[in-house]
Amino acid sequence: MSDGVFTSLETGLPDAPHPSGTGPILQATGISKVFGGLIAVNDVSFSVPRNAIVSIIGPNGAGKTTFFNCMTGLYKPTTGTVVLDGQDITGKRPDVVTVAGMSRTFQNIKLFRTMSAVENVQVGMHCRMRSRVAGMIIRTPFVRREEKESVRRSRELLSLVGLSRPDELAMNLPYGDQRRLEIARALASDPKILLLDEPTAGMNPQESAELTALMQRLRSEQQISVLLIEHDMKVIMNVSDHITVLESGSKIAEGLPAEVRANPRVVEAYLGSQA
Amino acid sequence: MTTPAAAAPAPIAPKAKAPRRRISGYLPNWVWALLWVGFAIAFPYILDQILGDPGSFLDATIQTLAYIIMALGLNIVVGFAGLLDLGYVAFYAIGAFVAGWFASQQFSSVNGGKGIHIFVDALNNFGHSIPGIHLNFVMVLILAAIITAMFGVILGAPTLRLRGDYLAVVTLAFGEIVPRVFENSTSGIFGIGSTNFSNGRQGITPIDKIQLPFIGKFNYPLELKPVYYVVVAMVFLTIFINIRLRDSRLGRAWIAVREDEVAASAMGVNLVQTKLFAYAIGAAFGGFAGAFLGTYNNTVNVDQFEFGFSVFVLCMVVIGGMGNIWGVILGAIALSMMNRYGLPQLNKFSQPIGFDVTSVNFGIFGFFLLFMMIMRPEGFLPNARRKLEFHEAELGDVTDNEPLLEEQALYEVREK
Repeated sequence: MSDGVFTSLETGLPDAPHPSGTGPILQATGISKVFGGLIAVNDVSFSVPRNAIVSIIGPNGAGKTTFFNCMTGLYKPTTGTVVLDGQDITGKRPDVVTVAGMSRTFQNIKLFRTMSAVENVQVGMHCRMRSRVAGMIIRTPFVRREEKESVRRSRELLSLVGLSRPDELAMNLPYGDQRRLEIARALASDPKILLLDEPTAGMNPQESAELTALMQRLRSEQQISVLLIEHDMKVIMNVSDHITVLESGSKIAEGLPAEVRANPRVVEAYLGSQA
Repeated sequence: MTTPAAAAPAPIAPKAKAPRRRISGYLPNWVWALLWVGFAIAFPYILDQILGDPGSFLDATIQTLAYIIMALGLNIVVGFAGLLDLGYVAFYAIGAFVAGWFASQQFSSVNGGKGIHIFVDALNNFGHSIPGIHLNFVMVLILAAIITAMFGVILGAPTLRLRGDYLAVVTLAFGEIVPRVFENSTSGIFGIGSTNFSNGRQGITPIDKIQLPFIGKFNYPLELKPVYYVVVAMVFLTIFINIRLRDSRLGRAWIAVREDEVAASAMGVNLVQTKLFAYAIGAAFGGFAGAFLGTYNNTVNVDQFEFGFSVFVLCMVVIGGMGNIWGVILGAIALSMMNRYGLPQLNKFSQPIGFDVTSVNFGIFGFFLLFMMIMRPEGFLPNARRKLEFHEAELGDVTDNEPLLEEQALYEVREK
């Protein structure tokens, strides 16, 4: 990977510099999350190498989304640390985590439903915009330029994810487009790593294939790592460099796709011990 | 495999209506702005032509314009950021008291009884120096806006984690506490010091007349037109700031927070900062208008700052159309003119038959509100987004939303 400031091929804009330090981009150590008496995530350690696509799989209720929430700041992990590109982000607020360079999508789509697609993406850009209240009122040339630029960039991101109706309200978009919009919104904050929570749920095979291609493009063109929760085994096996398997909150296996597929504990977790 | 989403019906597009051209689309914005400014300038003269004695109508108009500023301020908190505020009267009180402190003889002992005068006449008609602090009206307005903005932050900060009903109760409490604090601050504030801040229930009176550079001292209530122009200018400034903020990065963040706090936070919106900006800016307008009203009414009295006032301003916002600047203005005009002018006029007809309409004005308001909420819950001129929220259920994908709400309760929204 090269160094310094990347220029995104899509946008021609200098992206946020992604320092090409050594070591993993995301390192979670000993994460546990306890809700009352329920241990949702139990001492999971895990890392995402730079420029990789990594998946977390597991049966329903295995704690995958809780694990996601612990890393992105929606939950404060009961124990453990999360380090993003050398910066400790354990228990930091979600917006601080986003500013630090990790953004996410949600399993049950959480768009700003009455805003247009472009506006949704602009909100994703919020933390990278610099205009101040006084400037917004006077509408200084800087604010004007920044606002114009954000619209242009939003449209570019929307076309990157393949959404053709940028001015449609989010609530009126078809399901697959809503998923794509969430990804565009997450990309708007120039993340170093993108967390996708079941991005292909409800997509048809062709849409899933497009999304897989998009993830690979993000990695190769913009050096964005991707962490993925997914149920679609075809997508997982196609795209992942590395797979981690959770069951009942604990990590039961990890490794290359082929290894995980052959692991008897994984097969048991998915199909039951009788299989 | 979970694919509940696949089963859920794709959102049904709103029934295809022929796109209705908005009247405002026929002329560019600046032409509209000029037209309104022209109308506002001509208005008192038009009144002269229509009404023989426009005094009471102009007085009601001036009060209404001040209420428009308050309603627009509350609209930032309630309409844009979606934070229910039942204690807005607190900011009216603080703004009015700023006028009371900095433009009256309240602190008569300052500067050895000679008083402090900044850009105002220092001597009275007999050539004696007027005691007390006397700042120019413009400075009082700015000071009031700044001080209330600070109190907006102070009152907003503890409510940041609260939502819905809980937020309403806490803000309601603030609306009650602030006037009581002023009422009891006759000998120091919070028991500190011994300065008289409020004269208790008597209130502070008189307040300095408005005095502007090049124009000099205003002579209301005999001449109302100059006051009218001052408050019209204040309203235009308020509308301008509201529009600019609505169409900005901050305005988008407010809507995002209102729509989905968790998602907004995860997208990098600082919830604390965004909400505090809403409280501060909303409060600043309350203080801005409050300082004007205190000056115009020539008295600052805790009896003015009742819970009913908060509700009254909230009604203007709700009836007009939460989140829509023009709707809120319309709501403020409708309610305030009805209260200030309509009912007293109605009284002229009902008094001879022994019925005092003003004695049942709350009943009338209540009925009006109920009628509106049943017939048109989104308000006179609803905000396009709010309207969608209200009618989303009718579009058919409400089932899609339910698990989302449940889950939302699970996320911890933390302050630090």
